[in-house]
Amino acid sequence: MGRYLLRRLLQLVPVFIGTTFLIYWLVWAVPGDPFAGKCGERRCPDQYIAFMTEKYHLDQNVFVQYGNYMKNLLQGDFGQTFSQRDIGDIIATAYPNTLKLALVALAIEAVIGLGAGVLTGLRRNGFLDNLVLVSTLFLIALPVFVVGFVLQWLLGVQWGLVKPTVSSEMRWSELIVPGFVLGSASVAYIARVARTSIAENRRADYVRTAIAKGLPMRRVVGVHLLRNSLIPVVTLLGTDLGALMGGAIVTEGIFGINGIGRAVYRAIVTKESATVVGIVVVLVLVYLVMNLLVDLLYAALDPRIRYE
Amino acid sequence: MSDPSTASIVSTPGAHPTDSGTPATAGQPQSNEKPRGLLGDAWQDLRRKPLFWIASTLIVVFVLMALFPALFAPGDAVNGSLSRSLGKPSGDAWFGYDLQGRDVYARVIYGASASIQVAVLAVLGTLLVGGTMGIIAGYRGGWVDGLLSRIADVFFGLPFVLGAIVILTTFNGSGSGNSKIKIMSLVTISLIVLSWPVVMRLMRSSVLATKEADYIVAARALGAGTGRIILKHLLPNCLAPLLVYGTIMVGSFIGAEATLSFLGVGLKSPVVSWGIMISDGKDFLRVAPGLVFFPAAFLVTAVLSFVMLGEAVREALDPKLR
Amino acid sequence: MSDILVSEQSAPGPGGSGRPSGRLLEVDDLRVEFRTRDGVAKVINGVTYHVDAGETLAVLGESGSGKSVTAQTIMGILDTPPGFVTGGQVRFHGKDMLRMSDEERRRIRGEGIAMIFQDALSALNPVFTVGFQIAEQFRVRRGMGRAEAKKRAIDMLDQVKIPNAKGRFNNYPHQFSGGMRQRAMIAMSLALDPEVLIADEPTTALDVTVQAQIMDLLAELQRERQMGMILITHDLGVVADVADRIAVMYAGRIVEEADVYELYAKPAHPYTLGLIDSIPRLDEKGQQLRTIKGLPPNLMNIPPGCPFNPRCPMAQPVCREKVPPLLQVGPARASACHFAEELVNRV
Repeated sequence: MGRYLLRRLLQLVPVFIGTTFLIYWLVWAVPGDPFAGKCGERRCPDQYIAFMTEKYHLDQNVFVQYGNYMKNLLQGDFGQTFSQRDIGDIIATAYPNTLKLALVALAIEAVIGLGAGVLTGLRRNGFLDNLVLVSTLFLIALPVFVVGFVLQWLLGVQWGLVKPTVSSEMRWSELIVPGFVLGSASVAYIARVARTSIAENRRADYVRTAIAKGLPMRRVVGVHLLRNSLIPVVTLLGTDLGALMGGAIVTEGIFGINGIGRAVYRAIVTKESATVVGIVVVLVLVYLVMNLLVDLLYAALDPRIRYE
Repeated sequence: MSDPSTASIVSTPGAHPTDSGTPATAGQPQSNEKPRGLLGDAWQDLRRKPLFWIASTLIVVFVLMALFPALFAPGDAVNGSLSRSLGKPSGDAWFGYDLQGRDVYARVIYGASASIQVAVLAVLGTLLVGGTMGIIAGYRGGWVDGLLSRIADVFFGLPFVLGAIVILTTFNGSGSGNSKIKIMSLVTISLIVLSWPVVMRLMRSSVLATKEADYIVAARALGAGTGRIILKHLLPNCLAPLLVYGTIMVGSFIGAEATLSFLGVGLKSPVVSWGIMISDGKDFLRVAPGLVFFPAAFLVTAVLSFVMLGEAVREALDPKLR
Repeated sequence: MSDILVSEQSAPGPGGSGRPSGRLLEVDDLRVEFRTRDGVAKVINGVTYHVDAGETLAVLGESGSGKSVTAQTIMGILDTPPGFVTGGQVRFHGKDMLRMSDEERRRIRGEGIAMIFQDALSALNPVFTVGFQIAEQFRVRRGMGRAEAKKRAIDMLDQVKIPNAKGRFNNYPHQFSGGMRQRAMIAMSLALDPEVLIADEPTTALDVTVQAQIMDLLAELQRERQMGMILITHDLGVVADVADRIAVMYAGRIVEEADVYELYAKPAHPYTLGLIDSIPRLDEKGQQLRTIKGLPPNLMNIPPGCPFNPRCPMAQPVCREKVPPLLQVGPARASACHFAEELVNRV
């Protein structure tokens, strides 16, 4: 187990470097003059150009630049925006909001997705089963921005059930609708994976054994069937948390949540290269670590998996 | 489907459930029907599904719409007259007019073209790139596999929307022109760049699973070359999951293209696209909800038909779900 | 109901009579079919057998003969759909289990009738320890506390001769060897001290050397506990040492039932004869192995008359027209062949 963990961590390093370098190169090196259009309509002040060139070694090739950037990053220095704001601060302010939204989305996925999946997996081909199949199909097919707009318009504007946008306090109750929007496609996937998993395992030999032992149906389903069927669902939920924390650009934009997605979108539009790279680095790191955790979780849930 | 080379799909390992609990036809040759392969079975299954027919019909309509928009809408999709701005639906323009007085119905019809072209091209590209990489990685194994897998991880680590935004803003900055072909190919390429790792993983595991199958080992022992084994044996066996994934992917790429256009980094005017229309119309939701509703309805229907078709095929191909 | 079923002692009478007869477990004219979308397969077509305390009945047959499905129906673990019971009774202490409430049936499982499955690896839950799966029964069915249940479970593992039972309590099924896993399975099925044990091909998945050990263990436990045992197998060799009586199944019917020695000495059905003849024998070295030609019938389309007639070397025109009923042919034996008398009386 320890050796497996070490190997996985070592594998993470090249992937992390590769992904962040790719972004660094796209953002800093490809457009040519790194200062073109960066200070609004005007040309950037010479003094500023000199300062930034010095700080990010812009007169040298992209590899040296990237190396220096990473060196600073390892010391916790994300650099500064063009308006001298600390990028670390921006991330520290925005990230908790995104995390909160992602957790709400995850909770909604777990409750609705799992509930629907288990119910339909146990009783296939009934009315409820078909209802869930059709509605999950819709959730998968609807792009997030469409779901977001429709719900915001219906619930917020037309019926006035919720406020159309989320206040800066980020109350949990305000996050339910955005959370559902963010997790809408995943709810559907979770429901379907849970359904398939339950339906497959329901006929498994060990379920038959559990019944033959004379256990009450409640226990056969609740302990023997569920424990096995949940393995793929839990791993999917884990992977999804990693993805949710990096994929909230659209949802945060629609509902006006000051999260990381909105921050990175604003940074891209205003050509804040340093901010873009800083945020992407954090998101990639979170994503990779989450995937590693999911792998370990998988081993914890399924004793048959052994890592060498 | 009568291509003889597909017959080997019959012997996909593990495709047939064991007959432990159902001795019904154990050891029985099908007496009155000629034996069907997995694909034949799947087709029998599909023919009976209304979902399959609905999805296929819709897809045919959308493809026709993309190829010959004039068949469906005689109106002008690009030029409007400001005097008709936000006009209500009428006999002339079924869905009304947008802010610039353009016929919304005509625009929705013409919007199919860009969305579907981008999606189909991106899927073909993704399958080609990912499929090739997957076959190489799975078949060669060793360090080649390690290297390709790590490269795939690098691209897979980028969040999809974020990655697309960065790529598109980098190469399609404010300074560059609005050439239709350039924007469309940029969107297509960024979809491919961000999606190929999924197909590669799918293909790789498919190849790994069949590589050691007895009939492949037998073919190799009989002296079949690498190229022949891949073309004649591996590829047909890996085709089924790829086919399903590709179909569903067309749907999700149509959605992705719309999302990017909506965010203002994808297709741009004068290209007509559902995403652009929704983005343009969202500020007039109270005054003219049709500006968002009609393109959104077409978008969702198009995505849904491809996802439904993929679902139907997947269920038909999966003997476990029978 | 064209078959008149006769078991060794009771007088001939129509099947499914429902008369209590003091037997421990009786299957009476059981009929099961599988409804698939390709058609209806008649898997069990009037099976009648019984087992009493302290005796072992072997049910012998090829795969697809319906022997496992009968056992699943007794246990109430038949997959429905596709499987449906269409007739007959399964009586435990004279009471028809097929008419009991779900709760009544559940109480019989494990305590009244327990079952051992063929493949212990898939029959044991892979994500729980073996100890948990045994102790679970003591906790749920007997209401014991954690510590006591564990003690009893270790005791059970000891009884099936698993070395270091205490240490293996916390192992997962995949950490056991095939033979040990089957022992654990036996321990689990015997935990609630059942009156009847159904062993469905308990040794098929095992190495030959281990097979004998498991069979010996089963026989020993059966004697000690005076259980009734139904041993389902396709292997004539396994049966000889352990069974008291043998019921041979073909195409969802019992074709012959007899005491184990009589059956070997003088089979009263050509199918049984074929099975015995196809055992390789050392004294016939060099000769071609005898086999039963042809395949078992398609259960969706069972041939008219005797279901064995297309493969039978003795088949006559009558075999293609009339289904032979299971009739008494000796003091403790029955056969479903038109020519049973001739077979028994041949020299």
